[in-house]
Amino acid sequence: MDGYLGGYASLGLLLIAAALLFVVAFGANRLLSPRNPSGAKTTTYECGIDPVPGDWAQAQIRYYVFAYLYVLFAVESVFLFPWAMVFDRPGFGVVTLVEMGVFIAVLALGLLYAWRKGVLRWT
Amino acid sequence: MEELHLPPIDYAAIAPLLLVFGAGCVGVLVEAFVPRAWRYRVQVPLLLAGLVAALIALISVADKRVSTAGGALAIDGPALFLQGGLVALGIVSVLLIAERRVERGGAFVAQASVVAGTDSDRRQSSQPGATEVYPLTAFALGGMMLFCAANDLVTMFVALEVFSLPLYLLCALARRRRLLSQEASVKYFLLGAFSSAFFLYGVALLYGFAGTMSFTGLREAAAEAGSEDTLLFLGIAMLSVGLLFKAAMVPFHVWTPDVYQGAPTPVTGMMAACTKLAAFGGILRVFTVGFADINLDWEPILIAVAIATMLVGAVMAVTQTDIKRLLAYSSIANAGYVFTGVLALSEEGVAGTMFYLVAYGFTVLAAFAVVTLVRDADGEATHLSRWAGLGRRSPLFAGLFTVLMLAFAGIPLTSGFTSKFAVFSAALGADQVTLVIVGLISSAVLAFPYLRVVVLMYLSEPAEDTPTVSLPGVFTSLALVIGLVATIGLGVVPGPVLELAEQASSFIG
Repeated sequence: MDGYLGGYASLGLLLIAAALLFVVAFGANRLLSPRNPSGAKTTTYECGIDPVPGDWAQAQIRYYVFAYLYVLFAVESVFLFPWAMVFDRPGFGVVTLVEMGVFIAVLALGLLYAWRKGVLRWT
Repeated sequence: MEELHLPPIDYAAIAPLLLVFGAGCVGVLVEAFVPRAWRYRVQVPLLLAGLVAALIALISVADKRVSTAGGALAIDGPALFLQGGLVALGIVSVLLIAERRVERGGAFVAQASVVAGTDSDRRQSSQPGATEVYPLTAFALGGMMLFCAANDLVTMFVALEVFSLPLYLLCALARRRRLLSQEASVKYFLLGAFSSAFFLYGVALLYGFAGTMSFTGLREAAAEAGSEDTLLFLGIAMLSVGLLFKAAMVPFHVWTPDVYQGAPTPVTGMMAACTKLAAFGGILRVFTVGFADINLDWEPILIAVAIATMLVGAVMAVTQTDIKRLLAYSSIANAGYVFTGVLALSEEGVAGTMFYLVAYGFTVLAAFAVVTLVRDADGEATHLSRWAGLGRRSPLFAGLFTVLMLAFAGIPLTSGFTSKFAVFSAALGADQVTLVIVGLISSAVLAFPYLRVVVLMYLSEPAEDTPTVSLPGVFTSLALVIGLVATIGLGVVPGPVLELAEQASSFIG
């Protein structure tokens, strides 16, 4: 378990064990369970609702606003993580806090604008 | 773990940038909270005040030469001069954008998302235009200022996107000829995104080559590399594609005529003046700070690009029948002349380039201001045949436009002459004789379409349906006066501005 790639050996073992467990579990299930297919059983399962015919559906265009806003805050959190690692270290302090506040405020401005323009209301 | 340090930020040096971006943010708040009827009356003074404050801040830090924010921004002579030029041209652009007297409700549409040509679109033609254009303009101008000061590739890319995205939107907001405007916007967006991808790939390759994003670091790495490094040259090539696209140089110019024609005329003016200035600000910094030491490797190709730009722009301008397309092709040819100054790779060249950009910006804004005034029942009459006999209908504006056309053609005592002289003499000083000869030939060719417009206005019989020249409102008049004064002033007494450009012509880092 030592040497340059030694640390990866345990990871490799874990992967093999996981694959084995999966094969054994599903294989046993296949061998032991009774099988009695019917029309209702073989339809696509979709949260208990009968599947609607046709596989082509248009996405509602209004989702794009939410996608935009999601990206806004996803990017924000990307910047928040490294900031959270360092902001309480010596030499950072209040200035760093204020700078991140400004950053979040600018992004929140976008949300505020979206809210005032009424795009967050669905109907 | 390695000790982390906050990079010190010189807030005074970046105050102009912060003021413009701040004006944009406050503008968004105004959009969100001020009642619709008041927005126009709040937005216009707000944006103008922000720009004037930025200009004052720029003047107060005019002697600063610092690299700040961890080397991401270089506030040096060229950055400050170009930012000053951007703010000044930005103020004139905002004056044009804010005009609401010439066309009821302004040149912008109220709700851009309404499908063009539908009933609801016809209904909204009587409503005042959207006021979102003011924050968008502020963000675009701020991005351009950042672009001129960006001292590493990532900052430059961010700035590129910050000024491009608002421009894509602004292009789509024309009140008249909505489909043409939306087509222009989609074209500009798709091609712009494509060129951004090139730029970004170039950045990635250059980072792979040098292990650093800063121009100084790139310069050091390039000096050691010798001339066999594929990553470096592919990187420079891709980066150049992105930059040349924004500056509308051949062969990356094809979007220009369509976008200039389709966009609302005030926005076209802003793109011709400010975007061009910003793009060349970036080009100047990349090639004079980043890659000047290995110029033998890339210069021949860019000389070919400059020659192609000057020739194609001039020849295509001759064949145009629409005034906005004519001005678009003339702006392409002018990009070629500006590039002559860049390729001189000397401080004299930098000064000439910057002077040219500012002088050309004022003239082109004034020219587009006149275009907004020549109207018939369908809005602006941009087809050249409609301009026939305009000199008799309204001698004042025809005379004004004649002066601007003569300035474009480079007649002495106008800014066109002094600025062409500045770049061509810099190029001669750097032994770029071919470029200068092609430049002079191209200027001679380009004089023809300009003078044709003049002849058309004065010597042709006015037709029955010759459009009228609308009486400009205060804003357009002011923009016209500023543009005209700058055009003549920089032609008769170019000394002060030229000296300022020379003092500001050395990059730091």
